[in-house]
Amino acid sequence: MKDTAGYVTADGRQIGGTLMEMRNITLKFGGVTAISDISFDIHEGEIRAIIGPNGAGKSSMLNIISGFYTPTIGEVWYKGEKRPPMKPFEVARMGVARTFQNIALFEGMTVLDNVMTGRLTHMKSSILSQALWYGKAQQEEMENREIVEKVIDFLEIQRIRKTPVGRLPYGLKKRVELARALAAEPSILLLDEPMAGMNVEEKEDMSRFILDVNDEFGTTICLIEHDMGVVMDLSDRVVVMDYGKKIGDGTPQEVRADQAVIDAYLGVPHE
Amino acid sequence: MLADIFINPWIDMVEAPDFLLQVLWEGLVSGILYALIALGFVLIFRSSRIFNFAQGIMVVFAALTLVGLHAYGVPAWIAVALTLGVMFILAVTIERVVLRPLVGQPDIILFMATIGITLFLIGFGEIIFGGENKQMISAELGIPTGDTVLEPWGGLLILQHLDITVVIVATLLVAALLAFLNFTQMGRAIRALGDDHQAALSVGISLQTIWVLVWFIAGIIALVTGIAWGARAGVSFALEVIAYKALPVLMLGGLESITGAIVGGLMIGILEKLFEIYWGQPLLGGNTETWFAFVLALIVLLFRPQGLFGERIIERV
Repeated sequence: MKDTAGYVTADGRQIGGTLMEMRNITLKFGGVTAISDISFDIHEGEIRAIIGPNGAGKSSMLNIISGFYTPTIGEVWYKGEKRPPMKPFEVARMGVARTFQNIALFEGMTVLDNVMTGRLTHMKSSILSQALWYGKAQQEEMENREIVEKVIDFLEIQRIRKTPVGRLPYGLKKRVELARALAAEPSILLLDEPMAGMNVEEKEDMSRFILDVNDEFGTTICLIEHDMGVVMDLSDRVVVMDYGKKIGDGTPQEVRADQAVIDAYLGVPHE
Repeated sequence: MLADIFINPWIDMVEAPDFLLQVLWEGLVSGILYALIALGFVLIFRSSRIFNFAQGIMVVFAALTLVGLHAYGVPAWIAVALTLGVMFILAVTIERVVLRPLVGQPDIILFMATIGITLFLIGFGEIIFGGENKQMISAELGIPTGDTVLEPWGGLLILQHLDITVVIVATLLVAALLAFLNFTQMGRAIRALGDDHQAALSVGISLQTIWVLVWFIAGIIALVTGIAWGARAGVSFALEVIAYKALPVLMLGGLESITGAIVGGLMIGILEKLFEIYWGQPLLGGNTETWFAFVLALIVLLFRPQGLFGERIIERV
């Protein structure tokens, strides 16, 4: 049995028990093995990073967590229960929000509307009540608006709230996508390369937001990132993947010192 | 000859403004119905990339069901409610039996599937309700007959009460749909699904629910159009044609655009009437309404391949 107790980070933050656990995950596409026998856990309140060279299977792993892929072998445990195979929208409704490597926003809709869709997982009023704009639907819309405005404030995108997303520059789109995920008030937030393609300044902004989100709302975050510096600064614990296998797992310091990791990723360039 | 084309029609319009108003009014009545039907197409296309060939037969099917139920002795308004129920069951069935197994297939396959739905509904409708012409139960539904005569500028303007009812009901329905799409979470979900499937899944939108919903909306639209058009022309399988009048509307407005469907519908309704009265009848012997819309759409497409309101196609290099 795994240790589900929390731990204390280097900078003194108390981390909770296990929130999600991947047990012996293997993922095959036909004859290609994308992930082979990987296990790791994510504790409540921590920032967990998955790193590895291109093609290591990081995104596949995130897709398994968010239900876009079903593992060939292995189990996903969430909040102490084994999760049955689920569709992505069902996983989303269980409190798992995500962003995508290649931004997936609703381009034709305004920033505000995009962030509002983040609240869909919390929809309780019936279609009929919404169609008639009566009762629960009305009240729910108000509550949603309040939370969404808070998120918009938090990520400093008030200025563009009425702008169609299609017109925004790349860096801001990434931020809107984060806002949409946050609006769902997720128990776990998955970020697929949140800083890919950004310049230094945008990266600093994004790092700050990620830390603030974790700090302010206590949101558990699991992120994939290429930029080693960023990962080492941000995350509490790191999983290192290479060719679909796990080659390291631990705090940034531990991982940085691990010879296998250095060979595979940090030391020997082999992309 | 040139004068007949370029000058005389305008003089006619100015000389008899009351008649011009009459023409515009009649154009508006058909225009708003075109807009409504086009909206049904757009909603389904946006959320599933399916060009719903069956929209036309759904109009016939809804009208036939309504009239048929009433013929069995069901009171008119209860028959309307039951017909809505039937349209809902139809939406659920189509999603389960046709769309779900075909998820991820090329668009053309799904398009063919809707042709299949069309053929099925034609056969099914004929078996149950028979193929002969029927009367719409306008009186039982409380649709007023008669007309109001106005005299603008000392002229004559006849507004049929049926037409007034159609315009009011259709406008309300369009407005309600717009409000639903723009100000409710479900509406946002429909629009979101049209923009990006993957992202929609990741925020907890279920494709299946939305598909049933848009097909049901298309069913409601079909029923309203069926009643309106059936009240004028009788209920028969020829009603299907009205949906094909929505095709040029879609070409003009763009398959993606809700605004485009509405503006395009009104434009085609009005322009085809104007053309028929002032150019068609004097110069071409009339009956231009059958083709005018298509020619107009073709001309627009020559200059704007994405339609008047379609999303601009930008090739990134």
